[in-house]
Amino acid sequence: MKLDDLKTGNPILLQGLSRRFGERLVLDQLDLQIPQGQFLAIVGRSGCGKSTLLRLLGGLDQPDGGLLQQPAGQSVRVMFQEARLLPWKSVLDNVALGLPASRRGEAEQALAEVGLADRAQEWPARLSGGQRQRVALARALVHQPSLLLLDEPLGALDALTRLEMQGLIERLWQQHGCTTVLVTHDVSEAVTLADRVVLLEEGRVALDLPVELPRSRTHADPRFVALEQHILQRVLQGPSFNTPLINEAPLTSLHFSQLHWAL
Amino acid sequence: MSRSVSFARGLWQGLLPWLVPLLLVIGWQIASLAGWLNHRVLPAPSEVLVAFWQLLVSGDLFRHLAVSFARVAAGFVIGAGLGLLFGLLTGVSRLGEALFDTTLQMLRNIPPLAILPLVILWFGIDESAKVFLVAFAVLFPVYLNTYHGIRSLDPQLLEMARSYGLSGRELFRQVVLPGALPSILVGIRYALGIAWIILIVAETLSATSGIGYLAANAREFLQTDIVVLSILLYAALGKVVDVAARLLEKRWLRWHPSYFKAA
Repeated sequence: MKLDDLKTGNPILLQGLSRRFGERLVLDQLDLQIPQGQFLAIVGRSGCGKSTLLRLLGGLDQPDGGLLQQPAGQSVRVMFQEARLLPWKSVLDNVALGLPASRRGEAEQALAEVGLADRAQEWPARLSGGQRQRVALARALVHQPSLLLLDEPLGALDALTRLEMQGLIERLWQQHGCTTVLVTHDVSEAVTLADRVVLLEEGRVALDLPVELPRSRTHADPRFVALEQHILQRVLQGPSFNTPLINEAPLTSLHFSQLHWAL
Repeated sequence: MSRSVSFARGLWQGLLPWLVPLLLVIGWQIASLAGWLNHRVLPAPSEVLVAFWQLLVSGDLFRHLAVSFARVAAGFVIGAGLGLLFGLLTGVSRLGEALFDTTLQMLRNIPPLAILPLVILWFGIDESAKVFLVAFAVLFPVYLNTYHGIRSLDPQLLEMARSYGLSGRELFRQVVLPGALPSILVGIRYALGIAWIILIVAETLSATSGIGYLAANAREFLQTDIVVLSILLYAALGKVVDVAARLLEKRWLRWHPSYFKAA
């Protein structure tokens, strides 16, 4: 029921979207549609254009061609790979950045949502990497964005903190219901969190898969593992194999490990 | 038990930096008493102390101190104010940089004392000459560090702040200024040191009051005790001003990890 409501809203529409840096075409006539409320994960090798796409969605960069149509009145907040907290502001003031003074209470609430209410008066430099990212998440969510963009926000965290953060992001996404686009190179993270995984390759959509597994998802579910493997294999094949090569001839182990290194 | 031990240790550590100066003064006094040092060359510390007392009682000391302090303060406020203004202007705006930076960089290479003859011609030997020289000397370190502080702001923080809705005055007040502040304060501390040096020379060459005048006048009459006293006064004043600047740093840069108290 809730899902139907969400799907009635206008989607984000990308048609023939292009972006080039000098000679290099980073996004090449990209088509994509993101329904409201969807948790979309974009995966791909480094340099495939996934961060560029996110920056276009966030208005941090402008496309060179094509159409990017966002629903009217959409508010966007970006969470970056680095927490990007202002070191001269207390944790609470960082969360309240850009909020009118009358809404400070909401900042406190957002901080409590990420479990850091007791660190409100601390300086950011006093926090661990994971805590800083939690503050950054609270800062993004306090604005009640209708589109939340996550640019590899967990990339620099250790494995345990990462799992914790994934749980937190999933829980808060379920509460807020905002459209969320997560850019990651971690296929497992994408499958854990997203409704849909899109693989970018050479600036185009190479794979677009729904993830129809019940939340919260774990590796204990064989379907999870199968899906993860499926996407990973497709990533590893790379753009030079346009047809599924696996069916014709098995990759040599040497070949496979080389590709793995390239990832 | 441990409290009294740690108190004694704290006292010892507090006194330790003063041990060497104290020993030097004692050695100096002994050398004077033993007749190893000619009083014309270097008076004994006790004689300097007597001169200090006499000037203090007569009120001359305070008068000269006040005059010198007022000159430094006026020159510093004008010079640092202009340096800050131009630094902010060239730091924030490309047009400002194009207009002023080259000029200021050229002027910067003029030793302030090289323009002393010209300044005396312009202003005579009254107050404005000294204030002008101090202001001229102070302007450039403050300018350079302000400009540099703004230009080396983390572009990621700026991008974040803009995407969180900050612009114009708010961006300047909440991000640009506090971000440049550590660098600005370095410039201010350096400028304070320069201000005293320039004032000493200016007062020694042309003045009818102030500590530099006190020293120059005493030299005429071979009052080495007053000459030494003047030198010590400069050292003390420089130290006082530096401590004040450090206190400002401690207060304004509380957020900076190098100013965290050892936990």
